[in-house]
Amino acid sequence: MWEFTGPRTIIFGKESLEYLKEIKGERALVITDKVIRRLGFVDKIANYLREGGISIRVFDEVEPDPSTETVSKAARIAMDYNPDWIVALGGGSSIDVAKATWVLYERPDIKVDEISPLVDLGLRKKARLICIPTTSGSGSDASWAIVVTNTKEQRKMELASKEIFADICILEPQLTSTMPPELIADTGIDALANGIEAYVSQWRNDFSDALSIKAIQLVFEYLPKAYKNPQDEIAREKMQNAATMAGLAFSNSQLGVVHATAHAIGGLFKIPHGRAIATVLPWVMEYNAMEAMERYAEIAKAIGIQARTQRQAVENLIKATRKLIEEMGEPASIEEMGMSWEEYKKSLEKLVERAMESTGTIADPRAPSKEDFRRLFTYAFKGRRVDLQ
Amino acid sequence: MKEEKFRFPGEEWIKVFKDELNQNSAYEEAAKDWEGDFRFIVTPGEELEKEMVFYVSLWHGKCRDAYMIPDRNSKETEFIYEGPYPNWKKLINGEIDPIKGILMRRFKLKGSMSTIMRYSRAAAELVRTASKVPTEFV
Repeated sequence: MWEFTGPRTIIFGKESLEYLKEIKGERALVITDKVIRRLGFVDKIANYLREGGISIRVFDEVEPDPSTETVSKAARIAMDYNPDWIVALGGGSSIDVAKATWVLYERPDIKVDEISPLVDLGLRKKARLICIPTTSGSGSDASWAIVVTNTKEQRKMELASKEIFADICILEPQLTSTMPPELIADTGIDALANGIEAYVSQWRNDFSDALSIKAIQLVFEYLPKAYKNPQDEIAREKMQNAATMAGLAFSNSQLGVVHATAHAIGGLFKIPHGRAIATVLPWVMEYNAMEAMERYAEIAKAIGIQARTQRQAVENLIKATRKLIEEMGEPASIEEMGMSWEEYKKSLEKLVERAMESTGTIADPRAPSKEDFRRLFTYAFKGRRVDLQ
Repeated sequence: MKEEKFRFPGEEWIKVFKDELNQNSAYEEAAKDWEGDFRFIVTPGEELEKEMVFYVSLWHGKCRDAYMIPDRNSKETEFIYEGPYPNWKKLINGEIDPIKGILMRRFKLKGSMSTIMRYSRAAAELVRTASKVPTEFV
């Protein structure tokens, strides 16, 4: 027995924001960051919501890799304002803070780190959730996951609950038109990794497969177009769809060692999530290949890679992934991000520990040992290839 | 020669489980910092008519103690892992993933969820060890 869960409604395509006029309610707390506010997106959605008679309050203090302190601050505002809608507007960070804020607002008796699939949260007694992504990457708008940082421990906490799927997701391509190319690259590679990890996960299923394979196809086709020409509306729209599909896919299968390692790197060195993903994705694919050869070969076939054997297909897929990462201007190794080996080596054991504790190790095709992680982190630093076994 | 099998749930079974776990280096590594004890509760179902309870003390990658206790209230533990007998059979036979089993409500887990989630790999190794014990069911 297994289940597939997702947001109740996904609105997508041009002029999707107009759907907000139809929302019924009294008060909405919009959770976002200062850049998004400056770009005028908050005003835009506020105008639509006001048309439906909803009052607005804005929390715009979400930072990259948001902390539990930010969540607590937003939750205090929610408790004071008493909204019946929480509106997440922004990238994965704003959406994750909105989800966690929603939980604490509804359940002041629990702590952020207690959010887990094993706890009955009993949400939707006070408010419901609308997610409006302004980037195309994390898939957080359509996922069951929350990633927030415990700043004291420099640890990214991976939280999840089936109850935190949004009530409404709105994918308005207009909102991604101001993304700079670097952000398109970082977030797009994250969407690709989400799709690939969902497809090779031990918990995969026919429903998640359908979404992940389509997401991967869309990323390979449209990410280069969106990166080269951020004004390409079709490419932007397709990337939004890809990110949301991959989010749905991994929420119903599971992420793996790519995220386990990237969260460890991002938490310790404050590297943007998508960039951390780019520096480990091909290495983890090489590492996993012996256990997931057939699945990677299926991905290769789905994106039109020709090969005579499964092994050749997988090698070509990994090459294509490296080429895409390179085309996106991403560093080819952790070293290329300007970090010294001495500095990195000091943190190696901590990286290994963090990765071992990640939920990404639960359903990955391989169960990495500490030594495996040590090798992965070292190879990813130096840009050395892992032998396909 | 016929392999000796151990009846689950039973005192001998839990002793063999303890020995197997203490030889599992993957578990030792994954649970290196773990401190906490469990009650494994097998609630009645199919052939099992009476509730059976194991006490398992886990400490820094090793199983310090494991034995049956008379009932669920005869010992306090930090964690409880509980499910009906038919589901335990499936778990030991590798038909249910331990974490998926909790997510799908086949098993209940009581204790700090955030702690357990950080040791999910150790939990998987615990169950993998259980499946290595030559088992006959009641």
